[in-house]
Amino acid sequence: MMTEKHEEVRMTGDSPMLRVKNLKKYYPIKAGLMQRVVGYVKAVDDVSFTIQRGRTMGLVGESGCGKTTVGKTLLRLHEKTAGEVLFMGSDIHQLPHKELRRVRPKYQMIFQDPFASLSPRLPVAEIIGEAVREHQIVPNDEYNDYLDSTMKACGLEPYHKDRYPHEFSGGQRQRICIARALALKPSFIVCDEPVSALDVSIQAQIINLLKDLQEEFGLTYLFISHDLSVVEHISDDVGVMYLGSLVETGTKKNIFQNPLHPYTKALLSAAPVPDPTAKRNRIILEGSIPSPANPPSGCKFHTRCSECMDICKVEIPQTREVEPGHMVACHLYNDQGTVVEDA
Amino acid sequence: MNNRKKGSLFERINTMTKPKDSNHLTAREIRQIARENRRVTDALENKRNRKNVPESEYLTTMKNPDNVVEFDGLRTYFFTDIGTVKAVDGVSFEIPRGKTVGVVGESGCGKSVTSLSLMQLVQRPLGQIVDGAIRFDTGDKVYDIAQTPYQVMEKIRGSKVSMIFQEPNTSLNPVFTAGYQIDEVIQLHNPEMTPEEVKALSIEMIDMVGIANSEGVYNMYPHELSGGMRQRIMIAMALSCSPKLIIADEPTTALDVTIQAQILDLLRNLKDQINSSIMLITHDLGVIAEMADYVVVMYAGRVVEKGTATEVFKNPQHPYTVGLMASKPVINRSVERLYTIPGNVPNPVNMPNHCYFRDRCERRTAVCNGAYPQEVHITDTHIAACYHTSAAEKQV
Repeated sequence: MMTEKHEEVRMTGDSPMLRVKNLKKYYPIKAGLMQRVVGYVKAVDDVSFTIQRGRTMGLVGESGCGKTTVGKTLLRLHEKTAGEVLFMGSDIHQLPHKELRRVRPKYQMIFQDPFASLSPRLPVAEIIGEAVREHQIVPNDEYNDYLDSTMKACGLEPYHKDRYPHEFSGGQRQRICIARALALKPSFIVCDEPVSALDVSIQAQIINLLKDLQEEFGLTYLFISHDLSVVEHISDDVGVMYLGSLVETGTKKNIFQNPLHPYTKALLSAAPVPDPTAKRNRIILEGSIPSPANPPSGCKFHTRCSECMDICKVEIPQTREVEPGHMVACHLYNDQGTVVEDA
Repeated sequence: MNNRKKGSLFERINTMTKPKDSNHLTAREIRQIARENRRVTDALENKRNRKNVPESEYLTTMKNPDNVVEFDGLRTYFFTDIGTVKAVDGVSFEIPRGKTVGVVGESGCGKSVTSLSLMQLVQRPLGQIVDGAIRFDTGDKVYDIAQTPYQVMEKIRGSKVSMIFQEPNTSLNPVFTAGYQIDEVIQLHNPEMTPEEVKALSIEMIDMVGIANSEGVYNMYPHELSGGMRQRIMIAMALSCSPKLIIADEPTTALDVTIQAQILDLLRNLKDQINSSIMLITHDLGVIAEMADYVVVMYAGRVVEKGTATEVFKNPQHPYTVGLMASKPVINRSVERLYTIPGNVPNPVNMPNHCYFRDRCERRTAVCNGAYPQEVHITDTHIAACYHTSAAEKQV
C-alpha cells in the first residue's frame, strides 16, 4: 500500500526533481519588553533554481550567506516565509502533516558536523534503523539484512551495529550519517558541508562514496559547501550565493571557466591552489559580508565590488540568462551577455 | 632496581612494558601502566621544578647561524593510562631566518604538539619532552627550549616567540576588550613602559593589521568583531613584541576563503615588515603552497618528507605526500575519481617497528618490512624517509 503511494509520487512525469521558486525565509528580530518585531534578517531572499533528476547542484558562498537555510527550508525543516518548493511536482510546504510524513523519507539531509548530529546514546543499528522501522521501508523479516546491506554500501561493517558513535572516527561517523539518510531509500539528499569537518584524505573517501552512491541509486544531491574545489569536483550545476540571494547559476563549466559575476571571480581567485609556482592575479575582497538584517541597497554586493557603478547602488540587478543555462544577477551584463559600458 | 639507572631516559621508556595488541586493557594492566608513568613523569617533573638552574644547562649554540629554530630529534610523549603515545617521535627540521616553513599533515600527526613543545605549552605532567633539543635563537642568546626552566620560558614566550591559534572565537577572552588583551601582552614584556605608551602601541598594532577604526576597535569586546577581525586582533597580539618567530597554528581554517585570502596576505606582508619567521601549521596544501618557502610533511609523529616548496610540490617523493596531493580536488583539474589513501593511521599507542606508512602504501616491497627507513637526500634540501624514493632506487 505504502510502496504504491511512493510510486505515484515517483511517477509524476519528467518534471525536475526539485524546483524552487522565489523562496524567501525571513527571521524576525524581536526587541523590547513586548518582544515586538523590529525588523527581519533576510536569510534567504528570493532564491530560485531547479535541480534535474540524477544531477548534483553545488551551492557555494561565504558563511552567513544563507546556504544552510536554503537547504533546511526547502526540506521544510524551517517554514518558509514566501515562495514555492516543488519536490517532484508537489509543493512540500503545502502538504498536510500526514502527507508530509509519507513524503519525508524521499528527501534526506546529511549534516555538517558528524560529531554533533549523531545521538551519543544510541547504537549505530538504532541510529540507522529507527526511521526504517518507523516508515516501514522494508518488511520486518528483511529488516536485519537490509540494515547490513545499507551499512555495507556505505563502507561500514555489520559488526559495527552494536557500537556507539563515540567509538568511531570522524570519517566513519560521516559514513553512519550517510547510511542513516540512505536507509530510507531517498531520491534527493541535501548534503550540508558533509566534508568540511574532515581531513583531506578522509574527505576524498567520503566524496567518492557520495559519487558511487549517486551512480548506484540514482540519487539527486544539493551539495552545500564553502570549498570551491570540492564543489567543482562533485557538482554538475553550481549556484553562487551572496547575502541570501543567488548571484550566479550555471553548469560547472560555466561557473569555473567563465565566471561572470565579480563575486564569483573574487571567490575563485581567493581559493588557494596547491602549486607554489602558480602566478595569479588575485582579487582580494575588502571587508567582510554585511549584516543580512540591514543589507546594502541596490545590488547587495556593491559595497565590496571592484567594478561598482552608480546604478549598482540604487537598482537591484535582475537575473539575466547570458548564455544558455548561465544566469547572472549583475548590472555589468545585458541579455546578450555583453558587457555594459559604464555610462 | 639497579637496571633502572642504566641507559638514557629514552631507552628506558622503550623497554617499559608495552601494552598488548588488543584494545582492551584490564584494570590491573592500566594500574600497572599508570604506576610506570608516574615514575617517569615524576622524575621529569622534579628535574623541571628545580630552582636556580645554571644558564649553562640550557644555553647552547646554533648549528647554522642562519636558522632561527632547529628541531633536533625532538620526542614528545604523552604518558596515558592506556600506554605511551608517541605524539612526536624524532622530528628534526630547521626554520631559517625570515622564511616561512609550512608543516602539513592530517589531524593527529603531531604537528600541533611540535609547535606546543617549542612554546613549552604541552600539557604537563602527562605530556613530556623526553628527548632531543629545540634550539631557539632569540637574538642575544640561544636557548635549548627542551631544557629551559619555565621561569625563563615565561620571558621568551609571547615576546620572542608567539602563537596565533586556530579558533579566533575561543582564543580571545570574552570579558575583556580587544585593546586590554593586547595591552596585557605588551605590559608584561615591557614593564618599563607607561600605560599611555602601551595604549599607543596597541592602537598602532591594531592599525598595522589593517583594521580601519583602530581607536574604536581598541574598546570593543570580541563578540562585537567578525571572525576575520578577531583573527587580526590575534595577529596584532602575537606581533606586539616583535617576535623572532610566529607560530601560526591553522590560522585560517575557521575562516571563509575570501577572509582567508585577506589574512594570508596580511601575514605575508607583516612578516617582512617586522623581519621574523613564520612556522605555519595547516592541513591545507593550497595554503602551504601560497605561503611557505619550505615544507615539512608529517605523518604519525614523524617527518616523512621535507624540502623547499617547489621541490615538495613538483617532485613529491614520499608516497604519503603523493597520496595527500592526489586526494585533494583542484579547481580546473578535473579527475573522474579522487585518489584515496587506503587504510588508517596506525594506533599511536602501539606503533609498529617498520615504516608507519607500510600498510597503506602502494610501493611497498619486502624491504619495507625492515626497520623504519632512514632519511634519504634527493637534493641538499629535499629529504624523504622512504626506501623507494628516486634517489634510493638509483643506489640499489
